[in-house]
Amino acid sequence: MAIPLCMFLILGLLGMKMSHKLAGILGTAGMGVTLVLAYFTAFTYFFSGSPDFVSSEGQRLQYIVFNVDWLQFYDNLVIRLGFLLDPISALLLVVITTISFMVHLYSNGYMRDHHGVYEHGFQRFYAFLSLFSFSMLGLVVATNIFQMYIFWELVGASSYLLIGFYYVKPSAVSASKKAFIVTRFADLGFLIGILILSFYTGTFNFTDFTSAPVADGVYGVSLDTAQGIKNLIAGSEAPIFMGASVLTWALVLIFMGGMGKSAMLPLHIWLPDAMEGPTPVSALIHAATMVVAGVYLVARLFPLYLMEHSAMVIITVVGAVTAFYAAMVACTQIDIKRVLAFSTISQIAFMMVSLGVADPNFHEGLGYMASMFHLFTHAMFKALLFLGAGALIHAIGSNDYTEMHGLRKYMPITHVTFLIGCLAIAGIIPFSGFFSKDEILSACFGNSWIAYLWMSMVAALTAFYMFRLYFLIFWWKEHPVRQGHHTPHDQPWTMTLPLVILAAIATVAGLIPFGNFVSWNGEPYDLFGHFDWSIAAVSLLVAVVAILVAAKMYMKENPLPAKMKNAMPTLWDWCHHRFYWDELYMFITHKIIFNGICRPIAWFDRHIIDGTMDGFAYVTNKASYAIRGLQSGSIQMYVWIYLIGALALGAITAVCIL
Amino acid sequence: METTMIYYLIPTLIMFCCGVYGFLTRKNMIAMLISLELMLNAVDINFVVFNRYLFPGQMEGMFFTLFAIAIAAAETALAIAIIINVFRAAKNIDVTDLKKMKF
Repeated sequence: MAIPLCMFLILGLLGMKMSHKLAGILGTAGMGVTLVLAYFTAFTYFFSGSPDFVSSEGQRLQYIVFNVDWLQFYDNLVIRLGFLLDPISALLLVVITTISFMVHLYSNGYMRDHHGVYEHGFQRFYAFLSLFSFSMLGLVVATNIFQMYIFWELVGASSYLLIGFYYVKPSAVSASKKAFIVTRFADLGFLIGILILSFYTGTFNFTDFTSAPVADGVYGVSLDTAQGIKNLIAGSEAPIFMGASVLTWALVLIFMGGMGKSAMLPLHIWLPDAMEGPTPVSALIHAATMVVAGVYLVARLFPLYLMEHSAMVIITVVGAVTAFYAAMVACTQIDIKRVLAFSTISQIAFMMVSLGVADPNFHEGLGYMASMFHLFTHAMFKALLFLGAGALIHAIGSNDYTEMHGLRKYMPITHVTFLIGCLAIAGIIPFSGFFSKDEILSACFGNSWIAYLWMSMVAALTAFYMFRLYFLIFWWKEHPVRQGHHTPHDQPWTMTLPLVILAAIATVAGLIPFGNFVSWNGEPYDLFGHFDWSIAAVSLLVAVVAILVAAKMYMKENPLPAKMKNAMPTLWDWCHHRFYWDELYMFITHKIIFNGICRPIAWFDRHIIDGTMDGFAYVTNKASYAIRGLQSGSIQMYVWIYLIGALALGAITAVCIL
Repeated sequence: METTMIYYLIPTLIMFCCGVYGFLTRKNMIAMLISLELMLNAVDINFVVFNRYLFPGQMEGMFFTLFAIAIAAAETALAIAIIINVFRAAKNIDVTDLKKMKF
């Protein structure tokens, strides 16, 4: 974890003196070493069977590798920095380092033009990538919620830097500001939630929180602590505020932080704009790692959420609405990165729903496991899709797929890997997305029929819009080769190799017996033994139908899509304009907040506060102007005055004495 | 005839007054500097004299005078350096004419 930090410092401080190539190699090598270490850690954790990691009954434990006091305010208020190893953090270590390494490698090719000339700020790019990797790793291994918050802000900051990487482009600058402000607004909720929670429990540690509701001591924390915390925040004497318990408030506010990072509905607006950043950045941050931090946060505090049914319902509803909304919007976007961005929002919402419907009494918390599983598979195939999209953009020089049709002959490797990514996200057996999505649907089924039908519909939309994208890029019609343009072709090996590796992972990752590794209380769960084939068959059928519809509409050039569009103009308009959320925000911020609150405050500041200060300055200025003649600069004048004064003083003294 | 303090104090008073007069009336900076030295030396003599007649057993006044002479030497060097630079810049060392830097 320290390696990316060192790389950030080295590249950030010395980057300008290095050659571009050295910076790229150094960054990639540093990430490679981190990758190996993270794999080693995860494998040790999962397979070594050491009593630190696995209890005698086969239950996986939370193991704190180290935990040092960082800030000690007084005896009870200590903020520690540490390294917590448990199933989900080990999982995230693997995901982050894998994707990050792929992206580092890929960027060696992406951040150059077709003649191999490096882009301006190439070293800076690697420095920021390393900073991000460091912060993200710090986030997942946090032992306490405050450490998580620190790294949470750090990933936000590095995301801001990377979105605004092309800082001469006004759209990139405004996108980075938007991302920063929206997530910061959400983090306000997160911070308040943290403060409420730790004020009433007197602790920041995850291990204390997570064991609280399960008084039989999951993860090896003493019963007394657990029961004490439970009584403090949810017992009968726990304080009530505006009709909801402290616990509810804290959890909802913390979830608000997660909503901001994971782009859930009211706070999703930053993610599509964040696509202004370089494509590898979108793959790393805005598809695979940072945006799932919200899911990770909820998963981290999952036992607490279990105690509070209403918070779970909020998560489910927000997730379900977001999933549907984003899928609808994704069907109408023209920019391929935006389609992928909305698809990411939709998939993360899937994970959220899955956490929301998870119930320990139904298949031992299948939803939790499914959510983590989907997090893993989604990170892989979405990074694959983004990197594939990056290869296309790099080849064509545009984000707009109206310029991309019929590319399958020109870019075979990109074509095949992109197809695998689409199949995975659509949930076709045996690609990874099938298994994870199917488990989410099973978990929804365990919750209610409505949730199941709703999410199946979203899954169908997912398959539809992904294949709409796929067919429009690679089929539709022959590629219009323009005069004076070179024909598009596959990219150098630094770009295709990550695609191939990720495609391989996306193909086989679903077969991992995931339940053995990650479950909500650490006990292994046999996933395939409980596999519900009827649900699987239904979702497979739905996906295939959706793909066929997409194929019918978009495989060959035909007027059907235009007709559909004209048949439902209002719906199409609303989807295309993302249901006017941005306009709504603009209205609220510009018309209401700016005019109603900021203007009066600005007036007060300018006229009352500044006016007072200006008054002081004005009076002083006038006074000094008036008396400046006294300081003539003529030394003889001074001496005269001094002499006369001295003589007068002497005379007065003499008169007084005599 | 016994020499008393007054034999020293009268000439130093005259010296001092000459210095003040010169400082106030001369326009040439060099002349002003000379007048300044005159005042300084008058004061130095006073120091020595007071030390000699009022506190015969002690040496503080003497040392103070030596100290003042040393400082005066340094100050003169500095003043002359400034005057030379002013002359180079303005071709003139008349204090009444040097008003360029005023507001």
